[in-house]
Amino acid sequence: MNYWPLLGVAVIVIGFALRLNAVPVVVCAALVSGLLAGMHPADLLALLGKSFVSSRMLLLFVLVLPAIGLLEHAGLREHAQRWMEQLRGLTLARLLIGYLLVRELLAMLGLTGVAGAAQTVRPLLAPMGEAAAEKIKPDLTREDREQVRAVAAATDNIGRFFGEDVFIALGAVLLIQDFYARHGIQLTPLSIALWSLPTAIAAFVIQSVRVWLFQRRLRRQAAQQKSGV
Amino acid sequence: MLRVEYAYWLIAAFLLYTAWRNLRERQHARAAFWLLLGLLVAGGDAVLAREKVGDPLPAQLAGGAVIALAVLAPSLKRRAHPETASAEQRLASAVRLGHRLFVPALLIPLVTMLVALFGAHLSIGGHPLFATSQMTLTGLALACVIALFAAARIARAPLRQGLFEGRRLLDAIGWAALLPLLLAALGQVFTQSGVGTAIASIANTMLPEGNALLCLLVFALGMVLFTMIMGNAFAAFPVMMAGIGLPLLVQRYGAHPAILGSMGMLCGYCGTLLTPMAADYNLVPAALLELRNPYGVIRAQAWSAAWIFIATFVAMWALVFR
Repeated sequence: MNYWPLLGVAVIVIGFALRLNAVPVVVCAALVSGLLAGMHPADLLALLGKSFVSSRMLLLFVLVLPAIGLLEHAGLREHAQRWMEQLRGLTLARLLIGYLLVRELLAMLGLTGVAGAAQTVRPLLAPMGEAAAEKIKPDLTREDREQVRAVAAATDNIGRFFGEDVFIALGAVLLIQDFYARHGIQLTPLSIALWSLPTAIAAFVIQSVRVWLFQRRLRRQAAQQKSGV
Repeated sequence: MLRVEYAYWLIAAFLLYTAWRNLRERQHARAAFWLLLGLLVAGGDAVLAREKVGDPLPAQLAGGAVIALAVLAPSLKRRAHPETASAEQRLASAVRLGHRLFVPALLIPLVTMLVALFGAHLSIGGHPLFATSQMTLTGLALACVIALFAAARIARAPLRQGLFEGRRLLDAIGWAALLPLLLAALGQVFTQSGVGTAIASIANTMLPEGNALLCLLVFALGMVLFTMIMGNAFAAFPVMMAGIGLPLLVQRYGAHPAILGSMGMLCGYCGTLLTPMAADYNLVPAALLELRNPYGVIRAQAWSAAWIFIATFVAMWALVFR
């Protein structure tokens, strides 16, 4: 067993820990692992190029930017914030939990691409969340705002991840089925997908509780400020 | 017929436009960066096609371009990009346009969803409108174009204003946009150079004998850790299953295969929430939301991931050895 390629993992860990620019760190890790595994440099270069271009669909999110940029220029975020201020009953926690529910249900139907950080979080969920947080704590600091945005992005991720495994025709379920089939165990996709339900429900409950706790923390900070000054 | 390749051409065109604007503003490193990336996206089909017939040269050139991108990336300082409209202008526009502003923004998820659900049934004169592979992604690209036209119409702005604003946002994201592709490539290199089997063999030497619960715990934590290293649960799953899941848990201790596979994969997803290696979910959103801490999204979801892992593990333990 050749353990030397593991040094590539070490390059990644050290690079991220030192907060170096991630792009050269990742490329170095690939070169280190490949060369230590005894790959020919020309083959390694070809492998790097081939795998890079085969995943170019991951750049698809940039196509969202012109439309979103134009709408933001025309005041989309300001409008989302003003609208949130008018909606009395819609608190930060209700907004985020409602989004989580919709996102998770859509992912269960296999519709993972319809929402995301570029499509829905930046133009809609984040400014609405900030406006909702402002209703709780009028003088939000920059840290608070960034925290609200980060929680919105986290909610989007969690809804997507733990919903998509319930859908039978999506990558994860098919990968599991394929692995067992190659080792002589036949399973139906439905029998695999069904067992993702407990975690899907747990993820919804856990993230909802954490969003609610986040809102409560903001409330307490606001109350302290009021009594403190 | 609309194919996902058209979406790649659109991406390439937008990247080349960004390069051109930067060149005109004498931002040479930035211009070179987006130019190289645009060429890689545009030439992707050709590279893969030549590779298939046994010509490695274009793939090697692409590999060289990737290394050049890595050299250029550190000189791309994040730019606090100036807004093109003042806060007052945007507020006035928001008041004037009102809810109409939501229409193009909601068209993106809506059109994507319609294409994903009904795209397979649409045809013009007997020819299917959408190619079956990657239909959702084709739908998303189409939705972006439709939303851009709708936004220009509603805001009464020229289309090039959209390109201009989009380019501004892309420059603000900068090299983080590249990470998802690079990490996918790194995953491939790790797999080919045997990193996975090396880790699995280390895990096996640490495996406790004769204790099903501890064995299950090593499997679940292994899924988390290995996913964190590879940035992707799909890469971790076959390795952990072949090393521990199938030979020990299923074949020796009689674990239920469907439950083990499904919940084991979900343990890996908890790892995805924790790692900068999953750049498209963790680092790109942080850049997109203009967080100063690149790990801000990971920090916001770390405790959720920990609790979801615990819940999944307990459920797995209770169910898998029935």
